[in-house]
Order: sequence, then structure tokens, then C-alpha cells
Amino acid sequence: MSTTDRPVATRPSAVVPEIEVDPGAFRHLADAQMNVELDTGDMVLNLGPQHPATHGTLRLVVRLDGERVLAADPVIGYMHRGYEKLTEYRPYPQIITLINRIDWLSSFANEVPFVHAAERLMGIEAPPRAVYIRTILTELSRIATFLLFLGEMGLQVGAMTPAFFGFRDREHVLNVIEGATGGRFHPNFNRVGGLKDDLPWGWIAECRRTMDIVFKSCDDFEDLLMGNEIFEARTRSIGIIPADVGTSYGVSGSNIRASGVDWDLRRDGDPYLAYRDVDFKVWTHPDGDSYARYWVRLQETRESARMVLQLLDAIPAGPIMAKVPRVIKVPEGECWVETENPLGQMGYYLVSKGSTGPFRTKIRSASFSNVSILPWLLQGVYIPDIITILASLYFILGDIDR
Amino acid sequence: MADETPPEGNGTEAGEVVEAAEGAEVPALGEREQALLDRLAAELGDGLVEHAEACGDLVVRVRPDSWRRAASVARSELGCDYLSFVAGIDWMPAEPFQGAPGGEPSQPSQPSDTTYGAAGSAGRFQVFARVQSTADHHGVTLKVDVDESDPRAESWVEVYPGADWHERECWEMYGISFDGHPNLRHIYLPSEFQGHPLRKDFPLLAREVKPWPGLVDVEGPAGSDEAEGGDA
Repeated sequence: MSTTDRPVATRPSAVVPEIEVDPGAFRHLADAQMNVELDTGDMVLNLGPQHPATHGTLRLVVRLDGERVLAADPVIGYMHRGYEKLTEYRPYPQIITLINRIDWLSSFANEVPFVHAAERLMGIEAPPRAVYIRTILTELSRIATFLLFLGEMGLQVGAMTPAFFGFRDREHVLNVIEGATGGRFHPNFNRVGGLKDDLPWGWIAECRRTMDIVFKSCDDFEDLLMGNEIFEARTRSIGIIPADVGTSYGVSGSNIRASGVDWDLRRDGDPYLAYRDVDFKVWTHPDGDSYARYWVRLQETRESARMVLQLLDAIPAGPIMAKVPRVIKVPEGECWVETENPLGQMGYYLVSKGSTGPFRTKIRSASFSNVSILPWLLQGVYIPDIITILASLYFILGDIDR
Repeated sequence: MADETPPEGNGTEAGEVVEAAEGAEVPALGEREQALLDRLAAELGDGLVEHAEACGDLVVRVRPDSWRRAASVARSELGCDYLSFVAGIDWMPAEPFQGAPGGEPSQPSQPSDTTYGAAGSAGRFQVFARVQSTADHHGVTLKVDVDESDPRAESWVEVYPGADWHERECWEMYGISFDGHPNLRHIYLPSEFQGHPLRKDFPLLAREVKPWPGLVDVEGPAGSDEAEGGDA
């Protein structure tokens, strides 16, 4: 694929100074040769699709001038599974299994907006206990997703230790999720109208213990990375996303909060789950660079753990399933439901024609828009910073390709 | 804790449709949505064709020649700085599935008559998009009709740069061109791919080549699936 015919948006930092060649300055032809070579010929570097920083199979075709990026073109679709088409061929209970696989690190959080859309069109509401358990599991998914990020971000800038901590502590959270749902990654636990099962005995105490591990883990990451000189040098003022550019590209979630946009759908969107009953803070950072994105996610991990503790204290008794018909038929209508997923705004535009399956499901996944800013963002940066920026944007390929 | 309310059996009987709450037919806009609609109507004039309410959200259908203008009005006047998505929809009913003998029991059958969703449509194809405000937390869904014989719409890339990839996806999946888009090319599929997969007349190829639910996987003759454990 050629990238040269692609129009390149201009941006001040992308201007590469032209090397002026003064013929009188050379004593040997070899010198002139070298200078001329420096001046000509952009190099095209193919990054991925199997690069570890790409969390799957993102391919970047980068046009370079020396060490500097002139233009970057993400090539996606290596993992396109066509979920929007598949949803038109399946009934609602089967679709919940499918959409687990969109963002596979926080599968439970994917299920929630879809189930909400169906419930809203059917005019039913999940019982309070189910709502609370959904909220807890969504926040646990967020913690698991972010713990992996907090460790792996260190790895991408050359620090091995945090990666092991991240994987180790995420495992505790995954065990808790598995204890409740039976699945580490793909719980498939939501049903239209409630949940598959109630919590097992002893789960609440186990979850509290795990939150202690999470707090400790966050402290570890803070000690290891936040004050680290090398880490700051690699991330400070690298990959700055201004707030207005970010929003116009549809960048959402922690990425846009790290650019100073105080926008969190848990607090600002249509009321969903039990977030109105929880006291929590929305963290923002004014800088918009890779460091800010790391910092915001670190704070949000702690905040989620605090929310889980609050929810565990307040979890009501009662049934976990509303009265729903045996065959789920959603009345004719359309509905947009969005939630704040770990990676950003996740939404489903569900169009139903009264059948047992949707007529059309538009899946708005967060990473697709988050990554669409890359051609703009990577202009003018140096090659090692590409990796930092990719890691700090934190995307999941399943969430891009759907 | 035991599951005290079994999810099945105590609800209404099989196949019954749970109707939406009474009053859902009346397009009662909330105050905020009404203010948004008034603002849009004042700016777009007769470019605004129809509006509706869908689950509390404002849905506005605009004329094809007002599509880009609607975006810039939404961005500058309504404060919708955030582009959520741009997508297409094909309102034509799909062909009933004709793969395995007897059809596929779990596949939903859609009604065979063409109906249009909130705010209506003039024909088979539509492009719809959602923009939102990160400061005031409101949002609006915009729709535009697309001519079936020459499917094209105005591009939003000038207003929202993030529309680039969304429109490429829409072009690839529905064959709708976007006037003013800098490079409409495949985004998910290989560049030599033929057809537009999300159109309703594009068959799900996996189902065409192998009947589902995997009749070939069942060992023994049909009807002896008790031996398999009977995963009904």
C-alpha cells in the first residue's frame, strides 16, 4: 500500500527543516554524497501487525525522514469479525456471547450497554440487586483492564518490573470475576432483564480482600514509575492531544480526561447502573500527554476500587432477574445506549423491528475512534515515541476491528 | 445464594411481545431536547425534515443538501464538540434464510414489509450520526436520506476530522460515497473485496457454505441427539 499519495494534514511540529546543501562546503565527493543522501528519500517503516505494542494486529505504515515521522497510516482490519452483520442473524441471548469478544479485556462492560438497550426498548428494568452486581463487575473489569495497562506501559518504555506486577495483580481481579461469573475473560453473565446467577457464598469478602491488593498494586506502580526520571523523560510532553482535537476525533474515556475534558458518562450520561448511588471523583489532567494518560488511569484504578468497596457495602437483597418472557422479543423502535467503558465511550445504536433479533446494531467501540487520531498525532514524533504513544492510548484490537 | 426467581417460566408465555410503556407513541421531547431542536430548526430552516424522540434522545432527519451544514451547526451552535459515530443503515428487509433444510430455528425472522425507524426515511439507505457535547452532556442523532440509485452523502471530515474512518467504514459496508472525503478506500476489508457486506441483500457467506447450527457436527442420524446430551 502506498502512503505517498495520501494528503498530509499540516501541523507546526510536523515541519521538517530542509537541509541546505552548500557545494563549497565539501572537500570530498563522499561528503557531498552523504549530505545528499540525508536530504532525499523518505523511508517507509512497517510497524506490525505483530508488534507487541499493538495489543494484537494493528499495522502502522510510517513514512520517516531520518528518525522522524512524516506520516503514519494505521492499517486495521486484520481482526475484523463482522459483528454488526452477525448480530442481524442471531437472537439477543446469542449476541451477548458475541459482544463479549469486542473488547476482550473488559468483556463484562461490553455486555452492559447492549443489554440496557434491549431492556429499555422492552420497558423492563433489572432488579436493584442485579444492577448493583452489574456495577461491581463492570468496575472490576475496569480495574483488571487498567492494571494490565499500568504494568504494560512500563514495559513499553523499557521497565520490565511493572509488567510482572501488572499481570500478577490483574490475576487476583480476574479470579474474583471468575468466581462470580465462571469466566475469566468472557463472562457472558448478563441476561436481558438481569443476571445469570447470584453471587456465590464468600464472594463479597474475597472481593474486599482483592481491593486491598489493588490499592497496594497502585501504590507500587506509583513508586516504580511516576517519579521515575526515565519514565518521565519518555512520556512527558509526548503525544499531546489538545482537548478540542481529541473530541472532534471522538477520543473518549481516560484519553480525553487526560486532556482536561471533564466528561465521564458514569456521572454525566444518562443514569445507568448504580453510579448515582456511589460517591466518586472524575479525574482529569490538563497536560494531554502520555504521562497524563498514565496518571489518569492510575487514579481511576484507585477510584474504581473505592467504588467497588462502596457498592459491596450497599448491595441490596432481592431477586436478580426481572420477569421476562421466555423468548426475548424487543418491540419496534430504536435506542442509543452509551456507557463509560474502560477504554472510553461504548455505545450501541439498536434498531429493532419487533423480532427476536435486532434489525441493525451499530456498535460504537471506543478504540476505533481513539486510534483514528493516530495519523494526526504521530506526525513529527520520533520512532521510539510511537511506541510510547501507542501504549498510552491503550486500545484493544478487538475493540477497533469489531 | 440460590436463584430465587428462575429466569424462565414465571414470566409471560412464550413468544409474547412485551409492549413498551404507554405513552411512548407521543414524541414528548424533554426540555433540553426541545431547546436543541428549536436551535437546529432556526439554523437549518427547511433543511430539517422531521424529528422524533427515541428512548429520550432527539433524532433529527435533515435534507441531503443540509447534511454538512447540520454538522457545522451542531458543532458551533449546539456545542456538540464530540463526534460519536457516523454509520449507515439499510431499511430493506433481508431475504429469509434458505440454507439448511427446514431453516435455522434460532435465526430471528424479521418482518417482510419495509418500515422506517424514528424520524422516517425516504428510501432504503440512510446515514445516521451522533454528536455530543462534552461540556453540556447533551447529544443529538442526525439522519440523512441517501438515494438508492446513486448512494452518496456529504462528508463531515471538514467539520469533524474523526468522521474520516467512520465514513470509510460506511462506504465499505454500504457503498455510500461521501462527497468531499479525502480518501475513500477500504478500512476493514481487503482492497480487492467486492460487494458491500452490511447491505441486506449481501448474504452471510458463512451460513451459505455451511448450514448452521452445524448439522455436520452431529454424529449419528438426526433425531438421536439425546446421545449428544441434547443441548437444546
